[in-house]
Amino acid sequence: MTEQRILSRQNLGPLFERLAADGRRILAPVRHGDRVGFERVTRPDEVALDYVQTRTSAKSAVFPPYEPLLQFALQGKDVQVAEPAPDAAPTVLFGVHPCDAASFATLEAVFTWDTPDLPFESKRANLTIIGLSCTQGDAYCFCTSVGGGPGDPRGSDILLTPIGATHFLAEILTERGQAVARLAGELLEPHRGNGKDAALAQIPPRFDARQLGAKLPALFNHPAAWQEQALRCLGCGACAFVCPTCSCFDITDERDRYHGVRLRCWDSCGLALFTLHASGHNPRTKQSERWRQRVMHKFAYQPERLGVLGCVGCGRCSRACPVDMNLAQHAQQLAETAV
Amino acid sequence: MEALRQRARELLAAGTVQAVLGYAAGSEPDRARPCFVRTAAEADGLIWNEHCRQNLATYLQKPEVRALGRLALVARRSTLRALLQLAAENQLADGRVVALFVADDGAVTELPTLAAIEELVARLPRGLSDADRQELDRIAALPLGERQAYWAGEFARCIKCYACRAACPLCYCARCITEANQPQWIPVSSDPLGNLEWNIARAMHLAGRCVDCGSCSDACPEGIRLDLLNHVLAEEARTQFGAEPGYSVRKDYALASFKPDDKQEYIR
Repeated sequence: MTEQRILSRQNLGPLFERLAADGRRILAPVRHGDRVGFERVTRPDEVALDYVQTRTSAKSAVFPPYEPLLQFALQGKDVQVAEPAPDAAPTVLFGVHPCDAASFATLEAVFTWDTPDLPFESKRANLTIIGLSCTQGDAYCFCTSVGGGPGDPRGSDILLTPIGATHFLAEILTERGQAVARLAGELLEPHRGNGKDAALAQIPPRFDARQLGAKLPALFNHPAAWQEQALRCLGCGACAFVCPTCSCFDITDERDRYHGVRLRCWDSCGLALFTLHASGHNPRTKQSERWRQRVMHKFAYQPERLGVLGCVGCGRCSRACPVDMNLAQHAQQLAETAV
Repeated sequence: MEALRQRARELLAAGTVQAVLGYAAGSEPDRARPCFVRTAAEADGLIWNEHCRQNLATYLQKPEVRALGRLALVARRSTLRALLQLAAENQLADGRVVALFVADDGAVTELPTLAAIEELVARLPRGLSDADRQELDRIAALPLGERQAYWAGEFARCIKCYACRAACPLCYCARCITEANQPQWIPVSSDPLGNLEWNIARAMHLAGRCVDCGSCSDACPEGIRLDLLNHVLAEEARTQFGAEPGYSVRKDYALASFKPDDKQEYIR
């Protein structure tokens, strides 16, 4: 159902106005000094269209860092339970790169594989993704190693690709994209046959994620594959918290004597507390076991169990890591390690 | 750099240490990464430049690193101060590490004892960089409301990944207060209250202990200037209690000691 149109940069303003008039809020990358992050915007001049990568990902739009699941109150001997309505306002995620757009398939696979996760699904159902192809990457980008690419349309409802300095090629990819196209109306002009590939960044593949995933189980007990790499790992949660596909959370009740709230908050397999049992036993005693879990989960367990890779090659973890634990570099080393 | 590599080779070859914790080239020219050199041949990978910033004393609490044996530690001023402060807090036995202090000109000084570290640190220049001092003065000059808004804006970006804690050589608690839940001292959410309480609690816990290495803010994926916050409290602890962490192994921790003649002007 892909349709190709042309969107002038001048028409972004009117497009934003029509999205707002339709009751949709817009989340887009905004630059503050050397930092770019997704924020709510109303005008296109607030949006950074030339960014390489945001510090944190766009997953907060559907999986926020903290979220109340229910509230409870003690009244006499009864417990009253209330489920807060999820904050699921119709939202357009504008200007995410193809890696981030692709990450939503992984999140969906996790959050919909069994019991419907209403806080996630309600937000996902109201989210439209207008992606932005990459015309530049950096040394940390590795989307092409994990099945993606700088112009990959997967995950986007509409994908914009810069053509020159004044226009975008707009690929309308899904029904949600069609709905935005209907709102845009004449703002989307007929396509005159400009090429897409010429504008795209060059991201050379470094390894093959599918082959790596098939090989990883045999490397599980490899004496050298994990321990040397993980010696410098500090055991924080930065990699997981900036990751667009990491979806682990912890559930905590916070309460006083009569009232409480059940929260879910992001968690990370890099933290020692992640697997600590109430008994005091911790099945992952070493940081190398935690790092191994992170790699195995992304490249072996999720593909095997859910049919999706747990990595989209955005490179955020490697940029954020205080001690330069470069995931792509380690994945490449693992791919080259003899079993 | 060659002097450092040579010292590392000699220490390893002589069996004085089993590993040298230093820095190796990172993913990009503007990065360095901690490395663990076990053989003289591996010492060729050691580097030294302005990107070698993560305080390596942080690793001394890590069981996997302790298991390597006696260690040499490539050190800048704040690394030496961290070693002394850890010793003052009974976290580091004399002689467990050999510090390899690298001066600005690349000269390497081998410091096998805490006394040797004390002697050298006493001779080093003190104070913040000009850029840090300017930024601190700028924030300090803001009216109270604006200063509050500045820090609220900074903390709003905190995602509670605890990279600051993991990177800090003085954050070594086996169980951090933010993980205590009976009672729950710090809200788990990275909401405004949870972030404020976490970052203030950490800063208070480091008041009079922080050695100004800046590893916390270097580690923060959102670039929050936690180092400046810590420095304000360090100056407060110094002026109020004479706390000078990281200059002696005999210093009392200002917030855990009592003297009858302690100043009390801060009680208003």
